[in-house]
Amino acid sequence: MATANVLNCESTATIESNGKNIVIDCKIKNLYYGKFRAVRDSHIPVEQGQITAFIGPSGCGKSTALRCLNRMNDLVRGFRFEGHVHFRGKDIYHRNVDPVAVRRYIGMVFQQPNPFAMSIYNNVAFGLRLNRVKDDIPERVENALRGAALWDEVKDKLKNSGLSLSGGQQQRLCIARAIATEPSVLLMDEPCSALDPIATRRIEELMTELKEKYTIAVVTHNLQQAQRVADKTAFMYVDTTEGARTGYLVEYEDTNQLFADPKEEYTKQYIRGEFS
Amino acid sequence: MAITLEGDVPTDSVASPPSSLDVAGDRTFRGMTYMFSWMTIFLVLYILYEIAGKAAPAVKEYGVGFITGTTWDANRGEFGVFPEIWGTLYSAILALMIGGFFGVSIAIFLTQDFLSPKLELVFKNIVELLAAIPSVVYGLWGIYVVIPAIRPTANWIHEHLGWIPFFETSLSGPGMLPAAMVLSIMVLPTISAVSRDAISSVPHKLKEAAFGLGATRWEAIVGVIIPTSATGIFGALVLGFGRALGETMALAMLVGNSNQVSLSLFSPANTLAALLANNFPEAGKQEEGVLMYAALILMAITLLVNLLGTAIMNRASRRLSGVAR
Amino acid sequence: MNDEIEISESFADVDFPRLERSLRHPRTLLSAFLSLMTGVVTVVACIPLFSVLFMLIYRGGKRLSLSLLTETPPSAFESGGGFGNAIVGTLTMVGIAALIAVPFGILAAVFLAEFGPKSKTASAVRFCAKLLTGFPSILAGVFAYAAVVLLTGTYSAPAGGIALSILMLPIVMLTAEESIKMVPQKMKEAAIGMGATQTQVVWRVILPTAMPGMLTGVMLAVARAAGETAPLLFTALNSNYWIVQDGSLALMEPTASLAVLIFNFSGVPFESQIELAWAAALVLVLIVLVINIVGQVLSRKRVTR
Repeated sequence: MATANVLNCESTATIESNGKNIVIDCKIKNLYYGKFRAVRDSHIPVEQGQITAFIGPSGCGKSTALRCLNRMNDLVRGFRFEGHVHFRGKDIYHRNVDPVAVRRYIGMVFQQPNPFAMSIYNNVAFGLRLNRVKDDIPERVENALRGAALWDEVKDKLKNSGLSLSGGQQQRLCIARAIATEPSVLLMDEPCSALDPIATRRIEELMTELKEKYTIAVVTHNLQQAQRVADKTAFMYVDTTEGARTGYLVEYEDTNQLFADPKEEYTKQYIRGEFS
Repeated sequence: MAITLEGDVPTDSVASPPSSLDVAGDRTFRGMTYMFSWMTIFLVLYILYEIAGKAAPAVKEYGVGFITGTTWDANRGEFGVFPEIWGTLYSAILALMIGGFFGVSIAIFLTQDFLSPKLELVFKNIVELLAAIPSVVYGLWGIYVVIPAIRPTANWIHEHLGWIPFFETSLSGPGMLPAAMVLSIMVLPTISAVSRDAISSVPHKLKEAAFGLGATRWEAIVGVIIPTSATGIFGALVLGFGRALGETMALAMLVGNSNQVSLSLFSPANTLAALLANNFPEAGKQEEGVLMYAALILMAITLLVNLLGTAIMNRASRRLSGVAR
Repeated sequence: MNDEIEISESFADVDFPRLERSLRHPRTLLSAFLSLMTGVVTVVACIPLFSVLFMLIYRGGKRLSLSLLTETPPSAFESGGGFGNAIVGTLTMVGIAALIAVPFGILAAVFLAEFGPKSKTASAVRFCAKLLTGFPSILAGVFAYAAVVLLTGTYSAPAGGIALSILMLPIVMLTAEESIKMVPQKMKEAAIGMGATQTQVVWRVILPTAMPGMLTGVMLAVARAAGETAPLLFTALNSNYWIVQDGSLALMEPTASLAVLIFNFSGVPFESQIELAWAAALVLVLIVLVINIVGQVLSRKRVTR
């Protein structure tokens, strides 16, 4: 079963990446944390101007895979990566590439809203200052806050602490912070898992708006969310056959296709809710 | 060479790789933090080296006789610190007995919900304030408050129970007891704070288990909480002992600076730290070297005790984390 | 355990359990006695503090006047005078000590908490800092005497400052390490995710967020240093003069400090100097308490996980 899946995922991926405008081409052969193999054999392309969702049961390595795309995993002790991640044709895991530079082009929004303990304004301006932008900072901050659909709520209290906002507002502040520098790609790691349904709804609407300008890759444990927002969906599953828990890609498809007519048995079972 | 990632980035993006200034600044800053970390190690080694180096000539000249000798006469060039070593240990042990009893009792009282949280905080702050008062102020207070206050009682005890070695002299002014009393006040906050941490890190479920078996509050404290935090409390006592050994001013002002070995609580005595404080400023070249030798002995004793205390505390926290899991 | 068995047997014929509290049970009585005892002990431990404070206000307060801050100490048979030079001296030396210990301690703490928390270097540094925490203050004085006074050939304010900085360093370093560790991991991640270099993460996120906690540590260290006497006895010695004389700064001269002045005047038979010692003690305690309170207020502004 396992080997069949490996072959399948590779063939699927090659078909999908043909002739499309791929911004990030992520091919994980093996990914280790120390001796623990967390992810294997996953080829996930992220296409320009689309939303790509990573779904799967918890522990399947979907967050780990996402964090490969901007080298956030480098922070974890014992992290080892075999494979490649091509960003606009360049391998970001090449030894001459500075992971810090990668993260300037590929922004990230985290599971927990994580504004800095500073004012709303300074939170958004953080990335601009990091990139040594000198001009039009107030305008750029305003644009970013508008882009994150937060401007009307905070325009009168830009000096207040970012931590004084509600959870949903904090998450939109984090999105504003990430898009202030206009990065090419936005990674979102379960951006709604800490939010209530109304705040979730707003973030989802926001994602579809942002797609006009940015390429988005999003991890979600919520199948309906993936169905609502994503153009492409990658389903990952965890392989326990070798006594370990190693995640791998089962199926990558157009979202509609994947939910309507999944090719793989595991995918079918998962979207029918037969395991979680 | 570094690979650039710009490519066909959208035109309005301001994303840029970290400038060479950022990269250089990053390396420099990380290097500096590393350097200062190492400087802490060098500082400790340098302190050991300086004191040991300056003491070396005296160590060669006086050898072990310095530790066992009992006279201190700069004019005749005769030096011995046995009375000071005795006084240091004696005063510290007395202070530990008083301060330990008080410190641990307070730690229990302030962690086991005897008081409302507000009152607990008040007492906690008061005990912390005890630590904030400079030792020279305690010395002054000792001279003008403690000595006059305890003298009548002390002399009454001496008259009636003088046959007991602890009371064989009268208290004429400065002496071991007032010094040890003030010293105990100074080590009390350390002992109480460290043992409070040890006690409050006992997992709540252990206490609940004891209560669930029908134990009274004190049966839970004596049967479960103190045994579980015993290592930590012991560590607190050792750390308090270390502080008492090295404390200078209160002793220099209250112990009497008298070069004698006596069990009596009321006789004047001397300690290593007080010896340094009182003799160093006016020491000649020869005495200075000898005082360095005394400093070396004090350093050796306190290092040993503090190492022991730290080792015990490490064991305590490891043991407790084992319990918590 | 024995108690319980006895009780259950002796009341076996009673058809309801005895639940009311009664001091006649030995175990209840013992419990009450122990509670009372620890309570009394705690209250007794507070007496010295109030006695010290009372004496400071009673004996030191009498002598409180502005001239204390503007005049220099009197000689044995003079009355009046003040200790303005000693306040300036204390502040100067604590300032020198802070200038050394604060950058030193915080830079090392950044390494301990951020760049190499699990490295061998870090455990060695932590070990050394802990040793310094328990290092007797008089030995800091002996070291500064050997390393600075003998080298420069004079008692001086920098020698005193260096001795004090050795006592401040471990406090600053270990509290800064703790407050840096308190900065939520998710904030660091956010900054790293924005493409900040490690140094930018430290300067723009970690240090500002950890600042209240670090300042509390600095305040604690400053308060401790301000009250220290032993390290100054034979490094700064004492002086009856101002540190600024005739418009020039006499930094490389013996320097007065409140603590040493209290020590020197505590044992003299002259009433005016003893009074001055009490007044100096009051001022010193006020300075120390104010610094401590500032530290406490700052610590309430901490951002926690």
